[in-house]
Amino acid sequence: MKSVWIVAKKELKIFLFSPMAYILSAFFLLISGFFFYNMVTWFSSQSARMMQNPAYANQLNLNKMVFEPYFNNVAIILIFLIPLLTMKLLSDEKKMRTDELLLTSPLKMSSIIMGKYLAALIIYALILMLSVTHALFIFLHGNPQIIPLLTAYLGLFLIGAVFIAIGIFASSLTENQMIAAMISFSTILLIWVLSWIGEGAGPEWKGILSYLSFFSHFQNLLKGVVDTKDLVYYLSFAFTGLYLAYTVSEFRKWR
Amino acid sequence: MIEVENLSKYFGHVRAVDNISFEVERGKIWGFLGPNGAGKTTTMRILTGYLPPGSGTVRLNGLEVTVEPEKVKRLVGYLPEIVPVYPELTVREYLRFVAEISGIEKKKISSAVNRVVERTHLEAVFPRLVKNISRGYRQRLGIAQAIIHEPAILILDEPTMGLDPAQIVEIREMIKSFRDSATVILSSHILPEISQVCDGAVVIKQGRLKAVMTREEWSKNLEIMITSREGIDRNDFLRRFPGIKRLQLSRNSLMLEFKDMVADINPILHYLIQREVGIREVKAGLEGLYMNIISKDGTRPDPCRREA
Repeated sequence: MKSVWIVAKKELKIFLFSPMAYILSAFFLLISGFFFYNMVTWFSSQSARMMQNPAYANQLNLNKMVFEPYFNNVAIILIFLIPLLTMKLLSDEKKMRTDELLLTSPLKMSSIIMGKYLAALIIYALILMLSVTHALFIFLHGNPQIIPLLTAYLGLFLIGAVFIAIGIFASSLTENQMIAAMISFSTILLIWVLSWIGEGAGPEWKGILSYLSFFSHFQNLLKGVVDTKDLVYYLSFAFTGLYLAYTVSEFRKWR
Repeated sequence: MIEVENLSKYFGHVRAVDNISFEVERGKIWGFLGPNGAGKTTTMRILTGYLPPGSGTVRLNGLEVTVEPEKVKRLVGYLPEIVPVYPELTVREYLRFVAEISGIEKKKISSAVNRVVERTHLEAVFPRLVKNISRGYRQRLGIAQAIIHEPAILILDEPTMGLDPAQIVEIREMIKSFRDSATVILSSHILPEISQVCDGAVVIKQGRLKAVMTREEWSKNLEIMITSREGIDRNDFLRRFPGIKRLQLSRNSLMLEFKDMVADINPILHYLIQREVGIREVKAGLEGLYMNIISKDGTRPDPCRREA
């Protein structure tokens, strides 16, 4: 555990030194802010129209009409953002030959990978926290339910945790950052759209495909429902990604 | 103590190391010699546990690398060919990180870092980012990271590569200071470096072991490059210098093997000059031997000689 933290600390220092983390935060805030602005203006124009007819007025729901589409959009941004965050993690050690330092030290491979995972998770959580300002804005001017909001953030965190694991796996495959980013980006995107593919497939495939998709498991959390099934899904997915990264890294030595 | 037995390593079908065996006594400094691509780096990577051996065994202080990798890794300090630094960290942060991962107790980290900084003279760049320090400092930082946990075995892959002459001398002195406290293997293709610093040398070429020799052995050898062989009378020469065991005379070189270490070559040079034999170069021990060993089969490689 101690050695995991040693590695994580080093990664955090490098993250905070390089401009990448700041550029990604800015990029994230800009695009999520744009989506948020769109949702809010759409909501206010809808509410102005609905107010004319009191029968519809109680159908206005901030959670459903602003937060749900907003968080779905944020999740899409993550498909682009996380591969950029994780692409360097293992590939750069190989490229810069610093893996010779790590692998000839008493550090275990598992500590190296977990340390890097932890560091990326912390940076991601910090970036995600920046977007809380958007939700605060709604609380200043309206009164949405807080529980679905919290579970949505839990969902975003879990999705990010899975994406980072996939990103680390991609980074273990190559010493080229760009290739690592491309692999993780396309893997995440493919798994994300599995549920869409499922729509067109036969009934026996539909269930399996939509179960595997990140998208479908996120919807419960958006509605404020925390289902163990979804948590198990995300955690086992993240574990699988990390385990693959571990196996690939161990295997590379034996080539 | 380093024991290598029948070590082989293939990358696919490429033979990198082929059935190498040698031993280095505790507290000695040994050189690893060979032309580029001879398998020096691969062998060193196997010694440090970075690469698994293809076949054969490697034992460091009695511990087998593949059986007890973690214990072996605590024992070994390693300077790779490319110094493994993080440009984004400061020298201080980097050394602390290395100290932490090599398992030094938290309380002792600061003193360990200070000790290596003093020993490798890094004080001037201590607070600076690694990416902003010069090549010489970077190389010293590489040595500092290798010795921070006071390893019993030190493996240095081309420790003086890319340094200026003054820095080379400095690094050599540093390496000499590790004698007795650690067993050292260093690779190089600079022959004077090996002959000055090392107690013995292993010569490999194309992955094969070509020679294992000790300082005593190579010190008995002397090669004098001459312009012509006229004026040298074999028998007269041997009579004048009874210390000579063997003499090999060719058109442009005079190879001498002594019964003991070469003490004073002045009388020999004096003898040659008196007979108006032009002397182009005098190669002490290892150099002459090395070229003989390496060029024995086929192509003569680029000698890569650099004087410090």
